[in-house]
Amino acid sequence: MAHAATHDHHDDHHGAPKNFFTRWCMSTNHKDIGTLYLVFSLTMLFIGGSFAMVIRAELFKPGMQLVQPYFFNEMTTMHALVMIFGAIMPAFVGLGNWMIPLMIGAPDMALPRMNNLSFWILPFAFTLLLSTLFLPGGGPAGGWTMYPPLSLQGDSVAYVVFAVHLMGISSIMGAINIIATILNMRAPGMDLLKMPVFVWSWLITAFLLIAVMPVLAGAVTMLLTDKYFGTSFFNAAGGGDPVLFQHIFWFFGHPEVYIMILPAFGIISEIIPTFARKPIFGYKAMVFAIASIAFLSFIVWAHHMFAVGLPLGAEIFFMYATMLIAVPTGIKVFNWVSTMWGGSMTFETPMLFAIAFVILFTIGGFSGLMLALVPADFQYHDTYFVVAHFHYVLVTGALFAIIAASYYWLPKWTGRMYSETWGKIHFWNSVIWVNVLFFPQHFLGLAGMPRRIPDYNVAFANFNMISSIGGFLFGASQLIFLGVIVHAVWFSKKKATDRVWEGAKGLEWTVPSPAPFHTFDVPPVIHDEDLAHGHVDH
Amino acid sequence: MGQQQDIYFVPSKSYWPFVAAIVMFVTVFGAAHWLNAEPGEAGFGESLLGIGVLGILFMFFGWFRSVIRESLAGSYNSQVDRSFRMGMMWFIFSEVMFFGAFFGALFYARMYAVPWLGGEGHGVLTHQFLWSDYSAAWGASGGGGPGHVGGHFETVVPWGLPLLNTLILLSSSVTVTIAHHALKAGHRGKVLAFLGFTVLLGATFLYCQAHEYIEAYRELNLTLQSGVYGSTFFMLTGFHGMHVTLGTIMLAVIWLRVLRGHFNKEHHFGFEAVAWYWHFVDVVWLGLFMFVYIL
Repeated sequence: MAHAATHDHHDDHHGAPKNFFTRWCMSTNHKDIGTLYLVFSLTMLFIGGSFAMVIRAELFKPGMQLVQPYFFNEMTTMHALVMIFGAIMPAFVGLGNWMIPLMIGAPDMALPRMNNLSFWILPFAFTLLLSTLFLPGGGPAGGWTMYPPLSLQGDSVAYVVFAVHLMGISSIMGAINIIATILNMRAPGMDLLKMPVFVWSWLITAFLLIAVMPVLAGAVTMLLTDKYFGTSFFNAAGGGDPVLFQHIFWFFGHPEVYIMILPAFGIISEIIPTFARKPIFGYKAMVFAIASIAFLSFIVWAHHMFAVGLPLGAEIFFMYATMLIAVPTGIKVFNWVSTMWGGSMTFETPMLFAIAFVILFTIGGFSGLMLALVPADFQYHDTYFVVAHFHYVLVTGALFAIIAASYYWLPKWTGRMYSETWGKIHFWNSVIWVNVLFFPQHFLGLAGMPRRIPDYNVAFANFNMISSIGGFLFGASQLIFLGVIVHAVWFSKKKATDRVWEGAKGLEWTVPSPAPFHTFDVPPVIHDEDLAHGHVDH
Repeated sequence: MGQQQDIYFVPSKSYWPFVAAIVMFVTVFGAAHWLNAEPGEAGFGESLLGIGVLGILFMFFGWFRSVIRESLAGSYNSQVDRSFRMGMMWFIFSEVMFFGAFFGALFYARMYAVPWLGGEGHGVLTHQFLWSDYSAAWGASGGGGPGHVGGHFETVVPWGLPLLNTLILLSSSVTVTIAHHALKAGHRGKVLAFLGFTVLLGATFLYCQAHEYIEAYRELNLTLQSGVYGSTFFMLTGFHGMHVTLGTIMLAVIWLRVLRGHFNKEHHFGFEAVAWYWHFVDVVWLGLFMFVYIL
């Protein structure tokens, strides 16, 4: 009876529905929903990127050049919100949607309809957010961190708060789905400690999401009531405290930072073994390192607030707790390098991006250590040094990992190989220009240039011009990425094999390329030698 | 009813998620418009908000109807059941964290912000320069903070209505558990009686809470605007009240489903999910009673 019932519901058993609306708006298919997430994320990448271009154009020379200061502030605020909640997070959810069921031998996500809702909330949420740019009073301009009382100015508060609520609902449902999928849908024999590191990283990330997105929702709800209903959470005259917002916000915000990097760790831990043709070095250490980073992320939030006037004991606690994170992160970097050590390496585009990730993310990690030191942070706080730091971890970290993952799994998604030549052209352009863009910002910050300003002292002129040139060219390089994807999806003649990469291991490489609409309708029989980490001695 | 573990269930396509995304958007767009409306240009935002809320109710009705039909048709195997359980547990965990943000605000305001404004610790200069005549205190004697926001107020006495409400919610947890045991034993009449009793207790709680709010506003001058005390008091109890409202509606729906015979001894996850939610609401209330009313 159970058997018959199951097949009743496979009305789309033999392939994707033809009708456009039916296929994309009513989907219960993890691959289609994953594709929706990825396309949405790429769109947001270009929208957020165009905001960044406005910022760099204004900063090309000292003095007011192109835009009004208020609009400049709108651009810095929106660039961050769009990139964080619109580009990076949905890209990881899209990759998780596509790959987690394939990697653990599940037919789909555990809660497919909720999966569809998680996605479809996002276009509406960003419509709401971006529409504020066209409001009479303009959009949010107080920075993505929305610190009151600055963020309470203007009429856009309600729109931004509700947009954040929607994004939060979407993230929480997406995370619940991923946890239920990983814990409940694994094929028999796929033990927890045989799962690919990418799946592990998502399991832990999903826990972080469920734990902190509601806290953000609470924080912005207090902003909303302070603005429109006369509450005094962040109003000192009523006994509240603006610093309270910063505490609640960063209790969300620091785990959020790891939400944007842990899946990247997972991706890199898949790609490097494939192209080094060696199993990952220290599989269990990698998993436990991710878990420790996630745990520590809950007790370091105030390192974002060293300059706000915290009690000394708090500053010391948060400084040491923050520096502890370097230990598990160091383990990860060490293990990636050790995986490559003595491997028979080849340098296809995903591997190039992965190696660039290891080096450049580590630079971002080191500048993070510098910022963790309370006495040093008083100097660096709110300067371009911070901007350089978090762009190294988010652009050459998170974004490079997403690009690497796109190249790595694109043949599995489309059944066609992308152009390796153009992929390499994209890589070299990206890696050179991103450093021209962000490296000089370290010097600007150390010299004292504050962030989030449209004009600056002429002393900072040269490095800003270099940075802007790097920015324009890095932005333009991403058009190559778009071209490579369009080519691989529709025009490439070169068919991908099932395994795609010579050294690739894992269940996702045992299904045909392109992956059929339904995979693993019946749980696969798992052989340890097929798995990326199955033969690791526990 | 043996379920085959090696056959997965993937649900059929549904337009409800897409409808849900649209009605959620309409609701918040209307709400944002309403909040920003100038006096005199009211109407558009409220209408949109109303349409959105009705749409959400319609969506819930439709989506749950299709899920209930699939459940009654026996489509859901034990694996799907486990997914549902995990989904509900993690959803409740997210709710815990949501309340955590407001409890955190309460503790911070009370332990740090208010004493600092009174000159304690490193707040000495703030105190000196901004409000040197302010002596820090929580509750009625603290007023609406150093700026006397919202004017003088009195606090709610915990040993009246709040204590009664605590007893009501605790008893409702007992009655819902008795109903659960009755369901597992197959005594439908007893389930209906005790579940119905739980719904009534939930409704009574809400009536008392509304009464308390009216009294606070009319007699005590304790309002949402009464400084950070009023803010934390009404936001915490208000969000809790919204959750009790939702829980009561869910219990009522489950009561109707029991009446229609949707559940049997083994399969009644809908009942259990709502019971979990009800216990969660109960536990939050105990935290509120302790930290908002008594201490």
